[in-house]
Amino acid sequence: MAYSRPTYKPRYENFIGGEWVPPLSGEYFDNLSPVDGELLTKIPRSSTADVDAAVAAGVKAFETYKHTSVIERSTLLNKIADKIEANLEALAIAETLDNGKAVRETLAADVPLVVDHFRYFASVIRGEAGTVADLDENTISQEIHEPLGVVAQIIPWNFPLLMAAWKIAPAIAAGNCVVLKPASATPMSILLLMETIQDVLPKGVVNIINGAGGKIGKHLSTHPDIKKVGFTGETTTGQLIMQYATENIIPSTLELGGKSPNVFFESIMDKDDEFFDKAIEGLVLFAFNSGEVCTCPSRALIQESIYEPFMKRVLERVKAITQENPLDPTTKMGAQASVNQKEKILEYIRIGKEEGAECLIGGAEYKNKTFPKGNYIQPTIFKGHNKMRIFQEEIFGPVLCVTTFKDEAEALAIANDTIYGLGSGVWSRDAHQLHSMSRGIEAGRVWVNCYHLYPSHASFGGYKKSGIGRETHMMMLNAYRHTKNILTSYNKNKLGFF
Amino acid sequence: MRIHRLTATSEALKVIEMLKKEYGELVFNQSGGCCDGTAPMCYEKKDFHVPSRNVKMGEVGGCEFFIDKDQFEYFRYSQVILDVKEEKAAFGNSFSLEIDEGYQFITRSRIFSDEENRLLKEQEK
Repeated sequence: MAYSRPTYKPRYENFIGGEWVPPLSGEYFDNLSPVDGELLTKIPRSSTADVDAAVAAGVKAFETYKHTSVIERSTLLNKIADKIEANLEALAIAETLDNGKAVRETLAADVPLVVDHFRYFASVIRGEAGTVADLDENTISQEIHEPLGVVAQIIPWNFPLLMAAWKIAPAIAAGNCVVLKPASATPMSILLLMETIQDVLPKGVVNIINGAGGKIGKHLSTHPDIKKVGFTGETTTGQLIMQYATENIIPSTLELGGKSPNVFFESIMDKDDEFFDKAIEGLVLFAFNSGEVCTCPSRALIQESIYEPFMKRVLERVKAITQENPLDPTTKMGAQASVNQKEKILEYIRIGKEEGAECLIGGAEYKNKTFPKGNYIQPTIFKGHNKMRIFQEEIFGPVLCVTTFKDEAEALAIANDTIYGLGSGVWSRDAHQLHSMSRGIEAGRVWVNCYHLYPSHASFGGYKKSGIGRETHMMMLNAYRHTKNILTSYNKNKLGFF
Repeated sequence: MRIHRLTATSEALKVIEMLKKEYGELVFNQSGGCCDGTAPMCYEKKDFHVPSRNVKMGEVGGCEFFIDKDQFEYFRYSQVILDVKEEKAAFGNSFSLEIDEGYQFITRSRIFSDEENRLLKEQEK
């Protein structure tokens, strides 16, 4: 049974200092659902003055919040997690309507991972400490953690709630206050999230400002009261944010995408067992989240000796992907996040065909009878070679590019022949091969005999042009705090220089 | 016949003129990667330091258009056509300036023929 479409408020406001604040311009923009192309709600078009108000609210809140104990912050994060868990279904439906992804994914992955992320940071801050060194019998060196202050976070539209959680949870766990700008294509679910947690959240600790990135993004990133910028998006805006960060000499964390190789060695077909079944799914995961994942396994490298029989089984699995109604929990793949995104994917499908790649399945829009105005693409597989544009550029859709290799050396060379280095996958029954490949691949994450798992306690981030810095894992706390060294001498005697 | 690596539609040129009135001199840099990757980013010229090894693909509406050197290796066999779409509702999370005005620049591509590739090689000797 498909969920029905709930009615949302006709318009939302910015969330500043714990209040719902209209934009000073009084202007709003339409937030359409990619599921059916219909209006969901209206969202503030903010100006630089709204950004100033949000940053000021953060600065004010930080005066108190920076003094909260670890116990208080841990309790806060757990309360946030409980509130979200209690509203899991409503948030999952909102996420599906806002982004387009299938509700079986938001119910089983997006929102549960959000809950877990807050619980994870609630727990790890209780169990960690700074360090103390006895430098000599009278000198003690203490390394103390202190929060940065107010941080700016600019998040993408592919996992609106989860990317908000990835950025908010470690920042507030470390004692910072946040000004977050959702992607303008997908602002509503985050505003619903704030409604869900506003009763437990101290005023001004998290502030949400909406609008397009051009003016307010620059104003936020260069604001003298902003102590760090975290951004997930494309490469050129990433570079611009790094350049802006030089103005106030602040750090930035950038996650900029990838073109992840997923490598299948011949031993996966030694048996037709549950592991081989898992490997087939591992390849078909290119269609997870409608392919709109920075780590989408969008290049499949298959050992040539198994190419034909493996692809035969893969294509059967791809044919079984259903996509009619994203709100139906049995639907396997949802909509693309926007009209522009759909058109960009279709443009790449056209480029692939022009480049001479062979289209094995899909290769066109999906004509959705239930939602003719939604944005749907058929899961598509191209066979070609790694120098083609479709093998090198991030399509951000359900489009897989497949090529073959002879041996491990060629597999590694193709895997690393990309300007990106975010995700990767290796599939084999040979333990030595798994080890040498996973050490050889230049990427921040290697999934070995698995793919698309995102546990909180595993770091995530890119090599090469995929970005700088890590997300998830407790190491993330240090990306949101200073280290202060307190060096104490208990020696009563002077140095003797003067 | 001169082969151009970059052209623009008349609609894109109109939006460029509109943005110039508000911001002054502009620069384009072809982006890549996550989300709005493969879209051209349009920034104020004084705002964006173009990475020194980026390749200039041409000019549109009096604005220089660059691309990352490594990305160019895959774009060198395509003609880039700068186009624009009116986009009042859904837009991405980039800082490109046209988005505030309800537009989004897009990069369309056409793969050069063998003859065009030969002429380009001659031209760029």
